Amino acid sequence: MSRAVKNIFATTLGIIAVGSIIGVLAGFLQQAGNPANMAICVACFGRDIAGAIGIHRAAVVQYLRPEILGFVLGSFAAALAFKEFKPSGGSAPATRFVLGMIAMIGALVFLGCPWRVVLRLAGGDGNALIGLAGLVAGVWIGTLFFKKGYNLGRSQVQSWSAGLMLPLIMAGLLALRLIFPPVDGETQSGVLWYSLSGPGAAFAPLGFALAAGLGIGFLAQRSRFCTMGAIRDAILFRQMYLMYGFIALLVAAFITNLALGQFNPGFEGQPVAHTMWFWNFMGMVTAGLAFALAGGCPGRQLFMSGEGNADAGVFVLGLLAGAALSHNFGLASSPAGIGPHGMAAVIIGMAVLLFIGAANCKRS
Amino acid sequence: MAREQIDARGFSCPQPVLLATQAMNTTEGKELEVLVDNEASLENVGRAAQSNGWTITASEEVGQDYKLVLSK
Repeated sequence: MSRAVKNIFATTLGIIAVGSIIGVLAGFLQQAGNPANMAICVACFGRDIAGAIGIHRAAVVQYLRPEILGFVLGSFAAALAFKEFKPSGGSAPATRFVLGMIAMIGALVFLGCPWRVVLRLAGGDGNALIGLAGLVAGVWIGTLFFKKGYNLGRSQVQSWSAGLMLPLIMAGLLALRLIFPPVDGETQSGVLWYSLSGPGAAFAPLGFALAAGLGIGFLAQRSRFCTMGAIRDAILFRQMYLMYGFIALLVAAFITNLALGQFNPGFEGQPVAHTMWFWNFMGMVTAGLAFALAGGCPGRQLFMSGEGNADAGVFVLGLLAGAALSHNFGLASSPAGIGPHGMAAVIIGMAVLLFIGAANCKRS
Repeated sequence: MAREQIDARGFSCPQPVLLATQAMNTTEGKELEVLVDNEASLENVGRAAQSNGWTITASEEVGQDYKLVLSK
C-alpha cells in the first residue's frame, strides 16, 4: 500500500474533520472563558505568552496560554507516535526569525492571525472580511515570489536534541504555569505576569485549555492543517485539500457560535477589534506575506516545531519577539484603533518582506 | 522507461510540490522520481501528481527519506 494513503487524517474527510473539531473547540473554549472571537487565536495567544513572561508589559494581555503549549506538545506526541519526529534545521534561521517578528507585528495591527480571521468571521465581525482580503492578498504576493523561484534553502538533519528545543521550552512554560498559577487580584504569581482585566484576564480552565491544545496539536500534526497553506495552495496549484480544512473551521465555528449564542453580526463594537479598514487590510497583507515566505501559518509553525523542525521553532521565537516589540514600541492596535507607530511598522515590515522575497529568488 | 530524479529533500512547503509540478509539466515519456524528507511533502507531492493526471507507481521509505515514483 502507498505510504501516502496510510494517514487517514491526510484525506479530504480527515482534514474536514480536523477543521471542524478545531472550530467546535474554539466555540466551547470561548464559552468556557477565552476572549470573544479570539478563542484560540495563535498570534493573540503568543502575544499573551510574551506578556506572561514579561518581555512586554501591556497589562491587559498577559496570560501563559496552555493551548499554545498544547499545540507543540500534542504535535510532538503525534510525531513520536507515528515516527515523524525528525530533527531538522539550518534553512536561513535568522531570516525565519525576522519573518516571525514581522508576521506577529502585522497580525497585531489587524488584531489576529489567519485563525482569528476565521474565528472573527464566525462570530459575526464584519471587519474580518477586510482582514481575509488582506490575508489573501499577502499570500498572493507570496505566490509571485514562489513562481520566481523563492526559497530559503535546504534544511539539514540535526541532532535529536535540536529538535527537542521547542517541545522542551513549551514543557518548561507549562511547568511554570503549574508552579505559579494565577492568584486572585494579583498581577504577578512567582515569575509569571497575569492580567486583571482585558483579554488576558479571560481564560478557560487550565485542564480544558490544555487538553484542547494537546488534541488540536495531535490532530493538526497528522492532517498538516494550515490556514495560510489553504490559500496558497488554492492560488498556486488549484489544490483544495487544505482549503477544505479552512472552510470546515469557519463553518464549524459559525454553527457552534450560533448554538451557544455567540454570533453577533456587525462592524462596530466587535470584541478586541477596530474598524480602521485600510490598516486591517494592510496588517493582514503583511502577516499573510510573512507566513507565506516562511512556509506556514502560525499554527502550522507550532505543529512543525513539535515535529523537530528547528526552523519552524525559530519562527515561533520570532513571533514572541515580534509580540514584545509590538507592545513595547506601540505598534499593536487596540479596539480604539492602530497603535501610535502601527503605520510605520506595516510600511517597514512590508519593505523588509519584499527585500527578503526578492533576495531569495533562485531560478534553478 | 527512463527516469528523471527530483531531489526536494530539505525544502519547506511549497517547494517540493513546485519542483515536482515543474518537472511534470516539462517531462514527457519519462518516469519521475521525487525524493522528499518528510511525510507531509510525500502526501503533498502525491496529491499534486494525481491532480495532474500522473500515477503513483511507487511510494517508499529510503533510509530517513521518502521516494515517490510517478508516471504518466
